[in-house]
Parts: sequence; C-alpha cells; structure tokens
Amino acid sequence: MARVVVDVMLKPEILDPQGQAVQRALPRLGFTGIADVRQGKRFELELEGPVDDAALARIREAAETFLANTVIEDFTVRIEEDGK
Amino acid sequence: MTTRVGVVTFPGSLDDRDAQRAVRLAGAEPVALWHRDKDLHQVDAVVLPGGFSYGDYLRCGAISRFSPVMDTIIEQAKLGMPVLGICNGFQVLCESHLLPGALTRNDSLHFICRDQKLRIENAETAWTRDYSAGQEITVPLKNGEGRFVADERVLDALEAEGRIVARYLDVNPNGSYRDIAGITNAAGNVVGLMPHPEHAVEELTGPTTEGLGFFTSVLKQLVNA
Repeated sequence: MARVVVDVMLKPEILDPQGQAVQRALPRLGFTGIADVRQGKRFELELEGPVDDAALARIREAAETFLANTVIEDFTVRIEEDGK
Repeated sequence: MTTRVGVVTFPGSLDDRDAQRAVRLAGAEPVALWHRDKDLHQVDAVVLPGGFSYGDYLRCGAISRFSPVMDTIIEQAKLGMPVLGICNGFQVLCESHLLPGALTRNDSLHFICRDQKLRIENAETAWTRDYSAGQEITVPLKNGEGRFVADERVLDALEAEGRIVARYLDVNPNGSYRDIAGITNAAGNVVGLMPHPEHAVEELTGPTTEGLGFFTSVLKQLVNA
C-alpha cells in the first residue's frame, strides 16, 4: 500500500506558543543548544490505489481545503517509499 | 409572525441551550438545528454556538465547517441571512471563510474563563444595532483558542472598513491581534465573537444582562427588513 505524508506547519509569522513552551522546557531537561522549536502536524495517508499524479492532485486539494488552514498554516505533500 | 432563530447543535456543542434561551428571552422563537440536516426549517437567522464541536479535532471548527447544515448556512449567509458565531461558532465561520483570519491557541497557553469587558466598535451590524458605538459591556469569556490572527493587510482592511465589532478592554485575555474580540463580514450580516453574550442575559446566572443586545438586535433587524 502506498503512503503519502502531509506535513502541516504554522506559517513562520504565526506565533507558536506550544513550540515556545517545548523550547523553554528543553534546557530544564538538559537538552541545551536548541534555538527554536516549532510544532506541527503529520498526516499519513494510506492509498488504496497507486500514487499517480491524479491521486497526488486530490491529496493536495484535501490538504489545501481541509488538512491545513492556509490562512495560518503551510503544508507539504510527499510520497513515502516502502521500507522507509 | 414570530421571528425564528436557528441554533445549530454539532456533536460537542455546549452552549446551544443557552443560546436558545437567549433567543427566547430576546423575544424570538428558538429553533434547534441539527448538524446533519441540511434543512434550516424556515429560520430567519442562525446562531452557531460555543463548545468543542468534533472535540476540536484537526483544528477548532475545521470538521464542523464541512457538516451538511453548514452548506446551507454558508449559502444563505452569502445571500444576507444573519449568522452569529460565538466562540466555537466564530472558529467555524473563519474555517468556512465567511470571515477572514483564524483563531489560534491563546498566547498564554491557558484556558481563560473570566468576565470580560468589551467595547462595541460597530453598532451597525445585524447583531449589534441595539448597542451604541463605543458602548462598554461585560460578558463571560471562556476559550483556549481564542487568539484572533490575520495578516497585516487583512487587519488594516478590517479597521478601515469598520469591521471590528468588539475589542477587549483592560485585559487582552488571549493575545488577539489588535485586541479583537469580534468581527463582521463586509455586509454586516455575519458576526463572529469570541466572548459569550448568551451567558449574560439574566441576572441570576450572568455577570450582567448586557449580552442580550446581540439577540434583540437581530430581532429588530428582521422585523424592520
């Protein structure tokens, strides 16, 4: 079965208070040297059929209209090969 | 003829009963609308209530926005039907693109519940004509993701066109850009508001009765139409 991954991240100009809270917690746990943290979402879509251009176009449409809110978020779509 | 105001119940709506009650106290007939029913049952206006529809999964309001009832509401809103989205309802209106911008996690990361002072900035919308511009009111506010954001161009346009309906006074509880508590569309029939006027309609249960004006406003608007 083919898997397509959609990553959704807040746009750079949108404040990410969750990422900031994670970043502030890291040094307390001994993880130093991390300058910034942004938190996003990853969707793994298992396709019934092949990952062709038509399928990818539909997934981009789904990402654009539903998985991401493009007012505040950017998304990327990529194919995950078998065994990775 | 009695004015009929629909209140939508999504799975996870919490304030639908309070919104119905506010509609009744304002003198209209509340009509319960179900998220899976496309039919608006001849209502004259619609309230999208607060709560956590679909558990706020994906993003607040993102799944509700695609419910069958919303197809009809979006269509009717574009034709001028008054629609008020409160809290989660405001999030649904932004996700539907009936209103610009988006509502994101409070800058403090805390869920905020307090009686909030607001200034009514635009008293000419379908839902605010019983107020006067500059009037200060206090109503409950309760949200975890109430921080209104939009890009500078959109914010400047909202200011220039008088589409900011209400601003937070004294305290900005969630980090909303430009202290925005509520906005309207260009036509003034669609209003989104993060605080809860439906919880401030009776002395017994509310901090004030200053929220009732939203519901009497729409009644007046419809009777005069």
